Amino acid sequence: MALLSVRDLRVQFATPDGIVDAVSGVSFDLKEGETLAIVGESGSGKSVTNLAYMGLLPKTRTTITGSVVLKTEDGEVDLIGMSVEDLRKIRGKDVAMIFQDPMSALHPYYSIGDQLIEAHQAHNEVAKEVSRDRAIELLALVGVANPDERLKAYPHQFSGGMRQRVMIAMALMNNPKVLIADEPTTALDVTVQAQILKLLRDIQAKFKMAVILITHDLGVVAGAADRVNVMYGGRLVESASVNDLYENPLMPYTVGLLDSIPRMDQGHGKRLRAIPGQPPSLIQLGSGCAFAARCSRKSELPNGKCETSPELKAVSAGHLVRCHLYDSKESVK
Amino acid sequence: MSGLLAYISRRLGVMILILLAVSFTVYLIFSFLPYDPASLTCGKNCADPEIIAANRIRLGYDKPFYEQYWVFLVGLFAGRTYGEGQAEIFCAAPSFGYSFQQNSCVTDLVGNAIPVTISLAIGSLILWLVMGVGLGVVAAKFRGKIWDTLSTAFVLVGTSLPTFLTGLILIVFFVIKAPWSPFPPGGYTAPDVDIVGWFLSLVLPWITLAFAYAAIYTRFVRSQILEISTEDYIRTARAKGLSEGVVLGKHTMRAALAPIVTMAGLDFAGLLGGAILTEAIFNLPGMGRLSLNAVVDIDLPIIVATTILAATIVVVMNAILDIVYAFIDPRVRV
Amino acid sequence: MNQPLLEVTNLEKFFPVAGSGIFSRERGTNKAVNGISFTLNEGETLGLVGESGCGKSTAGRTILKLYDPTSGSIKFEGEEISGYSHSKMKPLRTKMQMIFQDPQSSLNPRQSVGAIIGASFEVHNIKPEEGVKRAVQELLERVGLNAEHYDRYPHEFSGGQRQRIGIARAIALKPKFIVCDEPVSALDVSIQAQVVNLLTDIRDDFGMSYLFIAHDLSVVQHISDRVGVMYLGKIMEIAPTDSIYSTPHHPYTKALLSAVPIPDPKLERKREQIVLTGELPSPMNPPTGCVFSTRCWKAQAKCFEVEPILQKVGKAEVACHFPE
Repeated sequence: MALLSVRDLRVQFATPDGIVDAVSGVSFDLKEGETLAIVGESGSGKSVTNLAYMGLLPKTRTTITGSVVLKTEDGEVDLIGMSVEDLRKIRGKDVAMIFQDPMSALHPYYSIGDQLIEAHQAHNEVAKEVSRDRAIELLALVGVANPDERLKAYPHQFSGGMRQRVMIAMALMNNPKVLIADEPTTALDVTVQAQILKLLRDIQAKFKMAVILITHDLGVVAGAADRVNVMYGGRLVESASVNDLYENPLMPYTVGLLDSIPRMDQGHGKRLRAIPGQPPSLIQLGSGCAFAARCSRKSELPNGKCETSPELKAVSAGHLVRCHLYDSKESVK
Repeated sequence: MSGLLAYISRRLGVMILILLAVSFTVYLIFSFLPYDPASLTCGKNCADPEIIAANRIRLGYDKPFYEQYWVFLVGLFAGRTYGEGQAEIFCAAPSFGYSFQQNSCVTDLVGNAIPVTISLAIGSLILWLVMGVGLGVVAAKFRGKIWDTLSTAFVLVGTSLPTFLTGLILIVFFVIKAPWSPFPPGGYTAPDVDIVGWFLSLVLPWITLAFAYAAIYTRFVRSQILEISTEDYIRTARAKGLSEGVVLGKHTMRAALAPIVTMAGLDFAGLLGGAILTEAIFNLPGMGRLSLNAVVDIDLPIIVATTILAATIVVVMNAILDIVYAFIDPRVRV
Repeated sequence: MNQPLLEVTNLEKFFPVAGSGIFSRERGTNKAVNGISFTLNEGETLGLVGESGCGKSTAGRTILKLYDPTSGSIKFEGEEISGYSHSKMKPLRTKMQMIFQDPQSSLNPRQSVGAIIGASFEVHNIKPEEGVKRAVQELLERVGLNAEHYDRYPHEFSGGQRQRIGIARAIALKPKFIVCDEPVSALDVSIQAQVVNLLTDIRDDFGMSYLFIAHDLSVVQHISDRVGVMYLGKIMEIAPTDSIYSTPHHPYTKALLSAVPIPDPKLERKREQIVLTGELPSPMNPPTGCVFSTRCWKAQAKCFEVEPILQKVGKAEVACHFPE
């Protein structure tokens, strides 16, 4: 049984322009201790998927359906449809999160110590000193020098990389089983990114956490992930082990995405193979393949085929793809 | 702490320069008004050229403008004597001049008016902050629900109802049609004379003033909270598993504090210059009424004094707000 | 040899800094660009890379005289422009243009696309033979948009399309030199490739030179002939692209390149990484000697005292006492 099991998750936003289908029927499992990367471009639904079951989307004008079952100490619970108070008890305890921009993710008016201690106090009925000791211990662990003294400092007195370390320490305060890292290094410089990715690897091993790494950067994914989910237009379009995905990408979108990144190991001056066209509007997307308009292999299929909805199916063990090109392939269980 | 002292002294220097400029400008404007200040000293319909000529010399209006301004400045620090011998009048420092229409030193007139205005301003400030922040928080928390709609209605009524109408309605329903009412129809009782009377004389004016401001604050607080709710650090607070109460009461309100304090400080400073309509309706002898009467009577020394005083209050309040701000926002402090 | 299109010598741009704290007013000078020199030939693209705060964007803006240089020389086509006033720069603006990072904020939302691009002609009083409207429509088609987009407004376009509008505006007067300031960093990967290709095509068509400023080393490698690496307002190394990416000589260049992840799990996991320790020093108070000395694993006593100058090492110029 998976640690976290997402089934047919749908998220809709009501906007003045119409209903936005931000996430349309996403299902996946997260196993204990693994790193699952969710890759996609803006508007693919990669962030919304996770914010939705964590109850972090605005309540008004948002509809969330499906089920997200999490294994906790008290047995299995479905995060969708859970009471606000019960979900609160899970956030930051069983499942912790870190975000893209460490500049804005920490409250500018409270000291680092306040914010770390508060994270511990929210889930533990212990004396403040206990939480404080925990905060010092974790700050030291994530590589903040003089943690005792730095507790009194405010976020603006830290560099971007240091703030992300503080965010990581905060996420670890309650020994979470799942860490959701939403573009954790996107706002950081490349040398700082290397430091933070290394730190994430180290703490994952130490705390035996499962990590959901949300990113648009296929380089980061290659180094960090065990398994990869590719999202496009609010749907999961391909899912495979990291080696399988890079060696044998199936969905034309995945292929295009891998081809379109300039690679430092392949010399300069070669023309990039861009994916033509624009990402789809998520308003009344319809049930056809969201990528059809940009797909280079559409012509291989009968006319109108791509306007019908492809199913996500396994074409080999552990490799799932949502594309009509693989309809005839024997489904593997 | 030495940083704070250095800051205050630097700020004081700037303040003095601003006040000099303000007072000079005010003095300049009033000296070019098409009124002869000397002929105004004996009332509107006074036409005895001899008295006017005598008063002109007595008040120094025969001197060039810059000399008058200098004498005015000196008077602020050393007091000033008008006339000689039997008719000699001395206004002690800080002297803002002498009103011949009221036969009194301007400083004394202001001194009498200011406690009234301060009483009015502080009371209504407390009232409108409690109402405005309370309703704003409720409206934001129940956004789109019935409480939000009700508060929007309150905002509409409060911002569109003129103060004099609110005041008159209160007088009609709580004084004239209510013989049981403990509230006087107007006037002011000094707190050292009768503290209960003081309170009762101010309840209706407080409500009148606070009503208009509370509406503005409700709208402001609501929009501030909604804006701050979309900040990343509020999402972080939720992601940590803090309860909605802590997220709103601590994290959101702390961030909303700075803009609310700034707005309240400036509004309060504005009120200390006098709430003209409210003071007029409830017959309160405050700064507003003093200024209003002075304008009607073209009593120049009083007008100059109240204008400069109002400007001073705003300048001082701005400096205080900067310091308060530093205590709220560590980015400004350290 | 021909004279270079652009020759920058010892360029400095300092910003006065007023402390943000109201009680402690630390004043200082942000040495954003602290003495850089390079040349750019006609038709050539020079990439300028470095991490945030290294001064690469300030350098680009100072060269275009959007900022007044603190000192140093900027020669464009042999003409010394560093001291030119705003009005003296105006005729040169037809030859020097800029493409910004954020197409959202660099396009006036109240102007139609036609007006935005057409303004370039009007400002310089240039009347294209075929008329402004036709000229703008041709530009729109050249950057991969439609002539019908002429009357539309920026908000009707996606991020990638808006960047195309920005490019059309920049190339309207057929400039010789464009500063591209992070032109693709706000775009999604699939769109980024489209825009990089477009920038390459129009450069080759028009024979333009680019100063291509970006933090993404892979993109810079892709488009540049030569690359300069900046750190704390100084150029650490400048070399032909192939040489700098295959054999970096400066320790900082080496660390920077080793930090870039490769989108291939097998290579990525075998790769040797140099993870830099320590924090970036403040540009208000840069280290003495070599600015990189505080974080360099090869630093010796000399590095903390004597500032290295750019010297020829192989095909590269390197500012390091102990180049690799």
